[in-house]
Formats: sequence, structure tokens, C-alpha cells
Amino acid sequence: MRDYFAKTSLLAKFALRRERLRIPIWIVSIVSISMAVACSFPGLYPPGPERGILAKTLENPAIVAMIGPNYGRGDYHLGAVMAHQMLLFTAIAVGIMNILLAVSHTRRDEERGRIEVVRALPVGRLSSAGAALLVLSFANIAIAVSTASLLGLLGLEGLDWPGSCLYGAALGVSGIFFATATVLIAQLTETSRAALGLSFSLLGLSYLLRAIGDVSSEALALISPLGLILRTQAYVNNYWWPVLIMLAVSILFVLLAFRLNMIRDLGAGFITAKPGRKTAPPYLRNPLGLALRLQRTTIIGWAGGLFILGVSYGSVFGEIDAFFESSDILGLLLPGTAGFSLTEQFTTTLLAVMTMIGMIPVLIAILRLKSEEQQNRTEHFLARAVSRLTLMGSYLIVSLSISILAPFVSVLGLWTAGSSVMAEPLDLKWLLKGGFSYLPVVWIMIGAAAVLIGFIPRFANFIWLHLGYTFFVIYLGGLLHLPNWMRKLTPFGYIPDVPLETLGVVRAAILIVMAVILILLGLAGYRRRDVYG
Amino acid sequence: MAIIKMEQVVKKFGAFRALDGIDLTVNPGEIYGFIGPNGAGKTTAIRILLGILRATGGKAAIFGRDAWAEAVEIHKQVAYVPGEVNLWPNLTGGEVIDLFVRLRRVANKNRREELIERFALDPSKRCGTYSKGNRQKVALIAAFASDAELYILDEPTSGLDPLMEQVFQECIQEVREAGKSVLLSSHILSEVERLCDRLSIIRRGKIIETGTMEELRHLTRTNVVVQTAEPIQSLQEIAGVHDLKINGEEVCFSVDSERIGAVIKYISRFEILSLQSTPPTLEDLFIHHYRDEGG
Repeated sequence: MRDYFAKTSLLAKFALRRERLRIPIWIVSIVSISMAVACSFPGLYPPGPERGILAKTLENPAIVAMIGPNYGRGDYHLGAVMAHQMLLFTAIAVGIMNILLAVSHTRRDEERGRIEVVRALPVGRLSSAGAALLVLSFANIAIAVSTASLLGLLGLEGLDWPGSCLYGAALGVSGIFFATATVLIAQLTETSRAALGLSFSLLGLSYLLRAIGDVSSEALALISPLGLILRTQAYVNNYWWPVLIMLAVSILFVLLAFRLNMIRDLGAGFITAKPGRKTAPPYLRNPLGLALRLQRTTIIGWAGGLFILGVSYGSVFGEIDAFFESSDILGLLLPGTAGFSLTEQFTTTLLAVMTMIGMIPVLIAILRLKSEEQQNRTEHFLARAVSRLTLMGSYLIVSLSISILAPFVSVLGLWTAGSSVMAEPLDLKWLLKGGFSYLPVVWIMIGAAAVLIGFIPRFANFIWLHLGYTFFVIYLGGLLHLPNWMRKLTPFGYIPDVPLETLGVVRAAILIVMAVILILLGLAGYRRRDVYG
Repeated sequence: MAIIKMEQVVKKFGAFRALDGIDLTVNPGEIYGFIGPNGAGKTTAIRILLGILRATGGKAAIFGRDAWAEAVEIHKQVAYVPGEVNLWPNLTGGEVIDLFVRLRRVANKNRREELIERFALDPSKRCGTYSKGNRQKVALIAAFASDAELYILDEPTSGLDPLMEQVFQECIQEVREAGKSVLLSSHILSEVERLCDRLSIIRRGKIIETGTMEELRHLTRTNVVVQTAEPIQSLQEIAGVHDLKINGEEVCFSVDSERIGAVIKYISRFEILSLQSTPPTLEDLFIHHYRDEGG
């Protein structure tokens, strides 16, 4: 048994050294955002009767679907606010961190032949996977301890020590859950791309199950790890059992992953590929055909995922109407835009959120050009009769096409589910018009990615940071009363509240011209620079 | 007109001069060898020729056209095999070959099938499962299946087994017979020796020798093994003799090529029983250049 794990701690130290930048950056960003938000609460939610009324409005199913159930019904003190508004999103961020790190230390290392080199040394068969888990556990414990202690030290009203400890533990255990689940998934798939895809699907599914479950079925919410983690009711009732269940499941995942790692060959997975075709299909004749072929699965997967996202949000619509019918006072309290129902106003937020999630496959598509270069595969084209304009243009076409497909499928899902639960269904055309109003800013983001790839490819992934920022500002901005200038730092801040308001022709034209300029700039840069593979 | 012409090409990466004034000329119908140790600048030079990297200074031209500005036009007539072939793990070998061949827009179905057979490749397997040698075969098949005027091959056989190495050399002979030109960068010196008409040796971003094998041999020493009836007196004092070793009857030494006549004349006084002289191999040349000048 000891042989299986020989030299694990040495490998873990080595893995920590490899991650000496990435892990600290993740931890510091996650913890400091939590602290910054917590510090903003005393100003946002002063004690008084308004707090109780606000707590009631936050029980509206639309909000519950977005951020989770409110357990601080009796007393919406700052601890309850923190757990209600921040726990879910921080847990998702921790989950993303764990998935990315876990894949890169397991299946990606294996795929690139790095584990083979290590395995040839006197190290155990399970040492690599063990070291990855050790490092990730360490990172998650660091997040848990620093979040718990800093929140406790703030000494804000309601942010007591027992609650802070549970809050931190809940974050840490969500991280451990997604780390172990990803390590398990990495045993099953043959490629790191597939491992990433499956792990993120698990995260997405957890979010959706929780959204539907929180609104309409407690059992459904309990199946989702994210739903389960909200059941800790930190700062209110402080239940530890969800943390223990998550830990138990994680241990099960680890044992299973080790078992599978033992019985499989290095480089092999359990979901294997069947022999492929001996000749290329007719469409595979240029970079565009290849770009489409390479991203086929990604595109189909995301289209399906976005449709389900729309359906989940749409299914909440019926509940919203019922909620407001049951309490007239709340309807009056919420500032409404004249002539629109609250459901319609909720649509505004939904369209923005769906657009931002739809940005992910759009950016993946254009950034693929950079990862192809990193893996020395663009030289196959550039050494043949393919110009750089054609090459980058192909990836731009795929990215732009997805940018049009994404709002279409998510809005379609929203409308389909919405019209089945609502007395007066929303107008599909009206919804589509709203969804497509975001296209100019999506194109600006594509342009920004193109400029990064054209001039400083090493920093191309910074576009994700910007999307993360946008998500934070747009999704939580209203709730956290973030200042307006923070909205204006992202192109999304220049889109009015569609579909209630319309994006004027002039504004649309200006945004589109900016997008075109950025894209042309990116192409010009890519034409001029050295290509490294 | 020269097929490839590089004049004083300089490439800097930051402060590092990867290429420091390279001159290289490949004439039509020539098989040109390009040798040098790891990190000497072979791949950088090739990437500049392919218009993937932009030269910091100097001129690089193929078919008389500028390698950077007219890359696409040039590449219609160029076939390239990279040193490290990275392919898409989820596409099959067959699919990749077809894609590469189609990018050139001249498809020769029979040639493709014939080459797949000769290189013994299973085109239905996904590239992710191929070994280094098999990935190289994919690139070689795609290159030889296209009717190019110029073949640029960057260490194309480093992962091939001896049988496949043979097939590769046959393919090069066929290309030569068809009057095409080849730039072959390689570590396998016997391969370069057998195939190439002329060659250049690059070291630390500079071309340090250029010429035919014959010309280069004159720059170095011939190995001699001799047995004589009488012991040879004071051989080490003769000018041009190096690395003298005496194993009983047998005497081994190397001699500067321009001094060989004088040395043989001197030895013949001691009644030669047998004499073996071997011209320097490329390996000797190579080691001579790198060892003597401090690698």
C-alpha cells in the first residue's frame, strides 16, 4: 500500500511550486472579494424595519432561482445577508478554480506525457493523483481558514464566529467536492478537454438543479452539491451536516478515482474512442472546416446547455406571478418601471446573465486559435498555402456564428418553458430582440480577444478575467449597490435595460463600429507578428 | 535562379541573437543538407523561410519571392515536414492527411494510398494514439503526396524505424529524379551524407561551413590504419599527423588532407604490408567542428 503512494509528498511540493502563482492569485481574489463585499453590507443594509421588508422581497422566486433561498427570514442581519447573497457565487468560483487545477494536474499532465516521465521514476502508481489531491486540499483548506478567520475578525453585526467557521468550511468543502469529482472524471475520459467539459457540465448541472430545486422542490436542491451547501444556513441555524455529507461523498470519489487509476493503463480512459474514418469528410478542406470540426462537440454541448439554462429560468416565471399575486404590498414596494410586470423586468436580468454565460463558448472559439499555436498546430496551415487572414478569419467566423446562436437557443429555452407555465406568455419576438441587443458588446469582446491574440498572445486569457469582472458587476451589481462607474468599465454597462428599453440605432452603430475596429486591429496584429508554432 | 536564397538573415528574440547573419543558397534540383547541434538555429531559419517568423534583418527568398510578404503564394509550391509533428488528438491520421493535401488544392488519390501503404500507416487511428514516428509519417505522407517544387524537411526521420528510414530515402530519390529541390535539416549524418549534394553546418546562429561533401572533406583529416614490416620511426614528428596510436603491428593516425601525399611517402620507407585509408565521415567533420571550436 505504501508503495502506491511513494514520494507523494515530494510530488506535491513540486506541484505547489508549479502553481506558486496561480493558486495564490485564486485564493487572494476569492477571499478579498468576499471581504470587500462583507464590508459593504453595513452601509447597504442598516438596521431597521426596511431590512425585514427587503428580506421578504428577496423571497421572490426569481431572486431565489438566481441566488438561493433566504434563511434569514426572521432577522435579516448581516450574517444572513452574507450567506444568502455570497455563499453560492463564491462556492461556484471555488468550484471553477478546483476544476481547472485538478484537470491540469491529472489528465492534462498525462496527455502531455509528463506523468509518464514521473511514473518512470521510483514513485508510486497513485502518487501523481495523490499529490494533485493533496495540493488542492491544501488550497481549499487555505480558502476555508482565511475566509472564516477574516470574516470572524471583521466583527460585523451578525457575522459571529460559529457562522464564519461554517461559512468558510462550506466554501472549502465545495472546493474539495469539485476537486475530487474532477479527479474522478479525469480517470474516465481520454482527453483533458473532455475532462474539463464533463466537470464543468457537472458544475452547471449543480447550479440548474439548485435553481429549480430552490424554487419548487427541496429534494431536487439537496441532490445538487451547490444546493446542499446552501442548506448549511450559515449564520442563521449553522447546520454542519451538509458539510459532512459533502466530505463523505468526496472521500468516496477519491477512493473510486484511486481504484480506477489503479486498474487502467497510463494514457487510457474508460470512455474510449472508436476507430475513426480513413478519409476526411468533404467539409474538412480548409481552416474553417477544421475549426468547426474541432469545436463541434463544444458547440453542440453549449447549445444544449444554454437551452437548458433558458428552460430553467423560464420555468420560474409562473411562480413569480403567483408570488406577487399573493402579496400586493410587495408588488407596490418594488420599484417598477411603468407599464411592465415584474416578470418582464426580471427578464432584463435574465437576458444579461444568459448573454454572459453565452459569451463563454464565444470566447473559447476565438481563443482556440491561440491554444492551437501553443501546441504547434498553426504551422501546418501557415507552412501551406493559407494566409494568416484566412486562418484567424476562420476562428472569427466560428466565434461570431456562436455569438448569434447562443442568445437564440437560450431565449428559445426561456420562452418554451415560460409559455408553458404562464397565463400570458411572453412574446418570443420581443425576447429575441432583447437577446440580440447584446450582440454589439459580445462582438466587442470578440474584438478584444482578437487584439490580444494579434499583439500579446501570452495574455490572451486575460479576457476571462474581464468576463469574470463583468459577471460580478452585472449579476450582483444591483444587489450590492455597486457604483455606476464600475458598470461602465465593461461594454455590457452600455446596453440599456433591454427588452424594456431599446438599444438605439445610433448607440448600436457606435458599438458595432468599435467591434469592427477591434477585430480589424486584431487581424492586422496577427498578420505582422511572429507565430511560435 | 536559386530556389532558396538567404542573405545575411538575422533573427533576434529580445536580446538573444538566434540567427546571426545566415547566408544560404539552394539551387534547382539540389538536395541540400542543413546540419547543426540542438539550438543552433536550424528550426528558426526554417521558420523564417516559411514566413512564420519575421526576420529582424537580411533577406530570405524562395523562388525569388520574399519569404514573409509572399508566403501564401510561395507555399503553393512548398511541402513542409516539421521536426515535431503535433496533430489534433481527436482526428484520425487519414483525415489529417486529406486536410493537408486539400489545402494545396492538388489531390492525387492514388499517390496518397500508395504512400500510406509504403509507410505502413493505419489511417483510421486517431492522432492522439499515434507514436512520434507515426505522427511523422502522417506529415511525410502529406508532404510527398503533394507535387511541390521545394520540400523543406526539419529532422523528418528522428522518430522513424530503419525500415521507414529506407522508405523515406526512396521518396527523396524519387523527388530528386523529378528534378525537385529539398532542404533537409537532420541529425542523422549518414542520411545527409547519402542523400545531399551540398550542405551547410550551422553553429550558434552562424553558418560555419558550406560546400559539397568532397569540399568539406578537404577541410579535415583522413583516417589511416597501416601495418609495416619495420617499425615507423618518429611518425609523430611529421607535420600533419594527429591522434597517433600504436597497437603492436598496427598503427592508426589521422592526417590533414593536404599533407597525405607527403605522409604516405614517408611511411613507404618502412615497407608497407597493408594500408587502409578512410575519408572522414560527416560525423568526423561535425565533431571536428564542434570540439575544436568549443561546441
